[in-house]
Amino acid sequence: MLRDITLGQYYQTDSIIHRLDPRVKLVTTVCYIISLFVVDNIVGYILAGLFLALVIKLSKVPVKFMVRGMKSILFLLIIALIFNLFLTPGEVVVSFWKLQITKEGIRQAVFMAVRLVFLLMGSSVMTLTTTPNQLTDGMEKLLGPLRVLKVPVHEIAMMMSIALRFIPILLEETDKIMKAQMARGADFESGNLIKKAKSLVPLLVPLFISAFRRANDLAMAMESRCYRGGEHRTKMKPLIYKMRDRLAYGAVLCYLVLCVVCGKILW
Amino acid sequence: MSIILDHVNHIYEAGTAMEFAALKDINLMIPDGQFIGLIGHTGSGKSTLVQHLNGLLVPTGGNIYYNGADIHDNDYNKKELHSKVGLVFQYPEHQLFEIDVFSDVCFGPKNLGLSKKEVELRAYAALKQVGLEDEYFYQSPFDLSGGQKRRVAIAGVLAMQPEVLILDEPTAGLDPKGRDEILDRIAGLREETGMTVILVSHSMEDVAKYVDRIIVMNKGQVMLDNEPREVFRYYRELEEVGLAAPQVTYIMQELKRNGFDVDTDIITIEEARKAILDALKI
Ligand SMILES: Nc1ncnc2c1ncn2[C@@H]1O[C@H](COP(=O)(O)OP(=O)(O)OP(=O)(O)O)[C@@H](O)[C@H]1O
Ligand SMILES: [Mg+2]
Repeated sequence: MLRDITLGQYYQTDSIIHRLDPRVKLVTTVCYIISLFVVDNIVGYILAGLFLALVIKLSKVPVKFMVRGMKSILFLLIIALIFNLFLTPGEVVVSFWKLQITKEGIRQAVFMAVRLVFLLMGSSVMTLTTTPNQLTDGMEKLLGPLRVLKVPVHEIAMMMSIALRFIPILLEETDKIMKAQMARGADFESGNLIKKAKSLVPLLVPLFISAFRRANDLAMAMESRCYRGGEHRTKMKPLIYKMRDRLAYGAVLCYLVLCVVCGKILW
Repeated sequence: MSIILDHVNHIYEAGTAMEFAALKDINLMIPDGQFIGLIGHTGSGKSTLVQHLNGLLVPTGGNIYYNGADIHDNDYNKKELHSKVGLVFQYPEHQLFEIDVFSDVCFGPKNLGLSKKEVELRAYAALKQVGLEDEYFYQSPFDLSGGQKRRVAIAGVLAMQPEVLILDEPTAGLDPKGRDEILDRIAGLREETGMTVILVSHSMEDVAKYVDRIIVMNKGQVMLDNEPREVFRYYRELEEVGLAAPQVTYIMQELKRNGFDVDTDIITIEEARKAILDALKI
């Protein structure tokens, strides 16, 4: 159940997407998200869908794995759908009681849903194919120029990588504590809202304690390895662009151009 | 009254690249009142196996029967099973959460829907059974030492008065004294109540002294399943899978090889002492 949340989890396999430089993947994801908000017609969305499908195919991550992640945003999706469906003014198609569904509303709702799903899937592909370490390495390198403006780039990247790294650990821990309390007769499912909230105490208290303990241990471990931030630190595996990374940038550029062209032609 | 495992398989993360078969075709029959040692190298599937026994994990293949009923039938009362088959997890002190020791032990019986008085009686009895002194009852469980926390956690399961008690590495991370104390307590408890006890461990030394039967796990399969003496005869095979017989077994083997007339099936220090003295007398 908890394992359904795929965001921030790495899927181990060997594919061309996995081997790409993390900077490429970060830039691509950002470009892709922007493209989703730029395109505004069916052709554009088909293009975005095809691009996503191609990347997923190349990444060798089972589609099942990604669809599972969708469940966690189902609620958000439904809300967005309802709001768009009923609250967009325009040509009325159906109307009952005080509510009316408009042609524009339907269009808006469908686009909104597609956009959200693509958005989440697109970013999932990145986190599923890039280890948190690579991700923050890439981020640090990309944001490097900001150091001139006294932005603590390395520290931010480090915090991100720790946070990302701890998501699966905490999920696992939650699973374990939940099972341990169930073995003591705890019931996390039945009862009304208040009872359910109360039943979370035996889960949350040990979880927080364990999170603090882990944070403490980690701080201690970093300290004893003489960690002292970004200044003068070298990398064991410095990021260097390879041929495939240049090709990938080219492909992304082509995609963006196509998106813009589609938008223009069908405007 | 027994637990039966019939061709039980468990695959973690089935259908992904991380797919891992943690249990492969396990067939076991655990009769009432037995004291069993479940032994295996790290990652051999011990914890996975015991979580099947009280229904927390669902097998990906095969069936598990408790007292003749399939525990994964739709109308089977899982909650009752949790109370009948008490499972103390590895590092159980991580599950403590209440403001004081006594309330934490009350959590289990309270969930059974017993009266307040009954709950408190059971909690008190359980804390006595694990040998925790009264002065700690109203302290925060987080202020106790590791060994004391462990006892509180075990009491938390004992207070549900299970028919079967499973302890997953109850001595992990304890010093030799703490270890012996806990194991002695468990053995005493079992004498007293006659309940089935399953002790998970990766140390033969720990269990040899107490149990009637040893189940050795290796890579998700049952490798040996017999009385301790019989199991330790295979000490060479055990070494190959990263385990070892108790040290006395090696001493006796060595003595025998050097011409002393001793019994090599000896597994406890007491027996060894007697045998060596006997051998020297002649
Ligand atoms: N939740 C899980 N998801 C995926 N794999 C798991 C999970 N839990 C355990 N495993 C894998 O199953 C195998 C058996 O694990 P298990 O915890 O049963 O071993 P164990 O015998 O109890 O080991 P230890 O002595 O270290 O406690 C291990 O290789 C482990 O990596
Ligand atoms: Mg274990």
